[in-house]
Amino acid sequence: MMVNPADSTLPGALADATERALREAEIRLPQDVLAALTRAASAERNEIARQEFANILENIALAEERQVPICQDTGVPVIYLTLPPDVPFSPALFEGVREGVRRATATIPLRPNVVDPLTRENTGDNTGPGMPAIHIMPGDRLTVTVLPKGAGSENVSRIGMLLPSQAGEIKRFVAETILIAGGRPCPPVILGVGIGGTFDMAAALAKEALLLPVDTMDDYEQELCDAANALGIGPMGLGGDTTALSVKVKRAGCHTASLPVAVNVQCWACRRATVEVER
Amino acid sequence: MTDLVTPLGDEVLALRAGDTVTLSGTIYTARDEAHLRMMEEGIPFDPAGAAVYHCGPVVQGDRLVVAGPTTSARMNTLTGFLIDAGVRALIGKGGMGPEVVEQLRGRAVYLALTGGCAALAAARMSLKGVYFEDLGMAEAVWVIEADRLPLTVGIDAHGGDLFEVVRGKAKTQFHQQFNSKQDTVS
Repeated sequence: MMVNPADSTLPGALADATERALREAEIRLPQDVLAALTRAASAERNEIARQEFANILENIALAEERQVPICQDTGVPVIYLTLPPDVPFSPALFEGVREGVRRATATIPLRPNVVDPLTRENTGDNTGPGMPAIHIMPGDRLTVTVLPKGAGSENVSRIGMLLPSQAGEIKRFVAETILIAGGRPCPPVILGVGIGGTFDMAAALAKEALLLPVDTMDDYEQELCDAANALGIGPMGLGGDTTALSVKVKRAGCHTASLPVAVNVQCWACRRATVEVER
Repeated sequence: MTDLVTPLGDEVLALRAGDTVTLSGTIYTARDEAHLRMMEEGIPFDPAGAAVYHCGPVVQGDRLVVAGPTTSARMNTLTGFLIDAGVRALIGKGGMGPEVVEQLRGRAVYLALTGGCAALAAARMSLKGVYFEDLGMAEAVWVIEADRLPLTVGIDAHGGDLFEVVRGKAKTQFHQQFNSKQDTVS
């Protein structure tokens, strides 16, 4: 049997890349998110909302200057790997990512957020059974993308099994999600919307939609975004023009008798970063 | 702009929802677990005139790395004993429920700090001590010295609740937008 010499170094290289990606994501927002924030800040007319935006932009600058996380809720790590054909799908991949998360937790540092769901006992290093969530897709290069997800916005995310005749109700479902959420998810938010698939796939699509660039929207996404912003909830629920910075939609085929719709709510700190694994 | 300094007194009664203030002096962090512990074992600090901050910071050694506000509504049913004991200000994000608005009446205020602004908050804070450290970093009660935290009065001591005003308008707009009846939102 052929042994790939890269196998023994792979977990270490993947751990390094995961740690680097988490550091980048936690400290510095992606350009597309910054662009969306800056544009919304200059368009905002509500005085309290303008102050909220000023605080947000000052916070982003201070995080970079002090090299500290943008938010103290450093989230739970959600990880996406792309796997080129020559890298085997193996437990080493999972161990490498988990080690990277442990290191990042100690060095950046991150708040240990992962607990047992029932006893609430904290593992101390942001790993646990099934955590970090690791999603693997085929690709040309071996890359690790991190999407640290805070709880304030995750907790107000929703899924609805609409009727096939209710495509027109999707906009209502999205706006209703924002209405129920109010100030709790730290608006201005970004909404990842998954439409179609199955119950679980809709939620996965909604989360993947948060990886898409947020500084552009197609007409449908803009329509959903306008419906959310019409509510006037504003930054932090204190009122204003901007409740949603952007809406991103991902779709999948679904059963002729189903219309699953998931809305994954993301706070303004839409933290993500991609690093290619050196090997 | 009013500059508040802890321990707080009747000056908080003059504030109105929507006012901007700064707050300086000692504040105490508390989240869900700390509230439960305090209800069981008592409040480990002097609550008279105190400000309680809904926050689970990132701490490294004796360094407060980042310390933004957490979602206050999780503490809706856990807050009354603090106000009864003399706490004059709650600091957090997202606002609180109607039971807390009533508990604050004539006694204390809710101050909103911009959610996610953890680096900004930490730049105006230093760490002084800790209670209940066994609860873990996020849930322990951290004693913090604050220097001019920028805040908005979210709920005043007269029943004024900016979050509720915004929510009410949003609800009306929602039903106009979708031609639906007022009772169809969960």
